[in-house]
Amino acid sequence: MTIKIGKATQGTGLKPLVEEMSGVNLGVCYQCRKCSAGCPVAVPAKSAPSEVIRRLHLGAGDELLESGLVWMCLSCETCYGRCPMQINFAAVIDALRSLSIARGVRAPRGNMPLFNRMFLENVRIFGRSYDLSMIAGYKLGSGTLMNDTEKFPSMLRKGKIAILPPSGADKKVVRRIFGWVGKNRGKAK
Amino acid sequence: MKYAYYPGCSSHSTARDMHESAAAVARALGIELVEIAGWSCCGATAAHQTDRVLAASLPAANMLLAKQMGLDMVVTCAACYNRMKVANHEVSSSPAMQKKVADAVGRPYDGSVAVRHLIEVLLEDVGIEKLRKSFKQSLAGLKVAAYYGCLMVRPHDITGFDDAENPTSLDRLVEAMGGQGVEWPCKVDCCGGGLNLTRTDVVVKLSGSIIDMAGAAGADCIAVACPMCQASLDLRQKDMQRLSGKRYEMPIVYVTQLLGLCLGIPPKELGLSRLMVSPSAVLQSLSAKG
Repeated sequence: MTIKIGKATQGTGLKPLVEEMSGVNLGVCYQCRKCSAGCPVAVPAKSAPSEVIRRLHLGAGDELLESGLVWMCLSCETCYGRCPMQINFAAVIDALRSLSIARGVRAPRGNMPLFNRMFLENVRIFGRSYDLSMIAGYKLGSGTLMNDTEKFPSMLRKGKIAILPPSGADKKVVRRIFGWVGKNRGKAK
Repeated sequence: MKYAYYPGCSSHSTARDMHESAAAVARALGIELVEIAGWSCCGATAAHQTDRVLAASLPAANMLLAKQMGLDMVVTCAACYNRMKVANHEVSSSPAMQKKVADAVGRPYDGSVAVRHLIEVLLEDVGIEKLRKSFKQSLAGLKVAAYYGCLMVRPHDITGFDDAENPTSLDRLVEAMGGQGVEWPCKVDCCGGGLNLTRTDVVVKLSGSIIDMAGAAGADCIAVACPMCQASLDLRQKDMQRLSGKRYEMPIVYVTQLLGLCLGIPPKELGLSRLMVSPSAVLQSLSAKG
């Protein structure tokens, strides 16, 4: 593993901020690498949990947000489950994702940030997830309109995806939550 | 046995079969599932990848509704189950988070609603003995790979479901039904579900290797309790075929569908026809309980 560290935006890099956002103490990691051994996406992401932690130790800055694992992590929490120091690495990744959006880092292949926006926008509007609308929005935005099209006829025939939008949710409370979060995001803790 | 039932969004869309079979099984066993009026989305993967307060507040709004009903919450979707439990942990372990969630939702929530997966209710409240007595049919030695995935068992200090590395809940149900739970190493591996639309290539590889392993262990089908696992494993078998050139025809059934069949519920009421890979060939061997 070769780690290249670029110039951090702040003197100490992202580590203190990530620790505050995730509530995780990264100092206790002693690089046993059980997390990386169990990570299902370390190979396709070309980066592993223990490596991300080490880079944070060494003062990595915003360049870390382009690491493949940031958006390819499945939140399967195998790393957390097996960590001898109980480091919640999935929470670290969630913090890196929030930072990556806040700092406008270029979306990775597959554009997970777009998927999340589409998902949450449908929840905000309908109070529940509306798969068809979410999928259509994601496909239009990501230019992957033709992917999986051969599956839709049988899914529709078998009732494996809802055609009509969901109804019945208490939309008022959902909108209130989204409104509050939107207003207070990034404000001092 | 009366519970506040949180169906979750997939119950009305990609997992109607899960919802139908869970409701039918509950009815047959005298478990009263009272659907929470006005329930909303738990936020699933997108909320926790976006904002920590959002990820705790969306579940909290639903748990407040269950609290008003004075009942424990029962969940059938593994992702909803996970998000509810994590939200409970967030608000009960941090006064600052509890305050933010109260501000966002508009009412205070202390994290006190008990959240249970239907599988836990079946094993702990109904019990294997009563289940055994209620079965009218047997799986007659059917070899079933019980697949748990991530979200029920991890993070284990928060979900507390069974065992983190070698859970046996689904296997115990399979054996009570007269089936055979196969020994295999992928019980708690990840199917890749979170990347289903964005990085399908990764999902096809991860899910493909899970099905390969179940096949190598001699399984006739895989039993699941999570709608994301079901979708990844069932919907993507043609993609796996394209990638590897091998033939994939592994039925991916909800454990509640198997339970329903053994309870004598007609297949139509269990949503079995909705599965992409038809289970009818392997389920033909079901026999009347001897």
